[in-house]
Amino acid sequence: MTPAIAPIGLGSYLVVSAALLVLGVLGIFLNRKNIIIILMSMELILLAANLNFVAFSSAHADLSGQVMVLFVLTIAAAEAAIGLAIVTVYFRNRGSIQVEDVTMMKG
Amino acid sequence: MLAQLVFYVFAAVLLLSAAMVISVRNPVHAVLFLILAFFNAAGLFLIAGAEFLAMLLVIVYVGAVAVLFLFVVMMLDIDFTQLREGLQRHAPIGICVGGVLFAELIMALSHWTMAPAGVSVPLQAAPGLTNTAALGTLIYTHYVLLFQACGLVLLVAMIGAIVLTLRQTGSGRRQNIEKQHARTPEETLVLVRVPLGENVLEQGGFLRPQTSYYDTAVPGSYGSTGQPAVEKEETGA
Repeated sequence: MTPAIAPIGLGSYLVVSAALLVLGVLGIFLNRKNIIIILMSMELILLAANLNFVAFSSAHADLSGQVMVLFVLTIAAAEAAIGLAIVTVYFRNRGSIQVEDVTMMKG
Repeated sequence: MLAQLVFYVFAAVLLLSAAMVISVRNPVHAVLFLILAFFNAAGLFLIAGAEFLAMLLVIVYVGAVAVLFLFVVMMLDIDFTQLREGLQRHAPIGICVGGVLFAELIMALSHWTMAPAGVSVPLQAAPGLTNTAALGTLIYTHYVLLFQACGLVLLVAMIGAIVLTLRQTGSGRRQNIEKQHARTPEETLVLVRVPLGENVLEQGGFLRPQTSYYDTAVPGSYGSTGQPAVEKEETGA
């Protein structure tokens, strides 16, 4: 059985995924103050990981990679829910979501 | 050839929309570009033969996570121009780190081979199964404990989000759990023999339980005071 990504090649997928990961990291650096964009950048990073998992799973005809993507999706959804809940609560208490102001727990 | 063309289109739009997510001025537009990125990633999944995951990405990410982001961005009244002040200052560091990271990743990818032991025992699907069925047979057998753990993670996330954002207000309905558990069917249930063909209103209207919600309501919460009077009026009607 030839893998589905044979005409494209594993390498192309890995390059796209690496570029996506770099864009996510760059997003965290560029938008240091906006926590919502930082959360979105984290979603991009997780998407890059998922793309890697799917590419390897398809290249090796091994389904466990796709199962891992399922679990990563679960964790990403949970992380987004909790993160946005914290953002909402913080905005309710402080009236802003400036990440640099979050120093209340500093001793 | 066609697969390659489709792959390059999806990959290009994916990377472009990801670049727009991190660089666009309006966060609502950023969320919309994130949705576009997820759609294109789903297309890449489809090309790789992971149909179930592609559909899952569209449903879970676009339908739930991205809409959650959109809700939060639109509900919070944030001065976004103020949030973008440090952009020029942080851009050189970010581009340096990103460039180094990308160069390292490309270097690693170009001098890399899979160890033969890594692919010796693949969890291969039985031939003839669709992608969804094959994933199902794997999740419910080999990965069943991880699957259960995933459910637990989602439960904890749900409870955590509720606990974080719940506000105790006077309009909330809360029960005294001990009182509610101590209730017996005799206190609340009345069996009425209704003659055939008769209207409910002719039998005295809709019957309400004698000791209803208001007995078990926590003092101070909605419905604990002043409500039974309204209740009686409704019963008489």
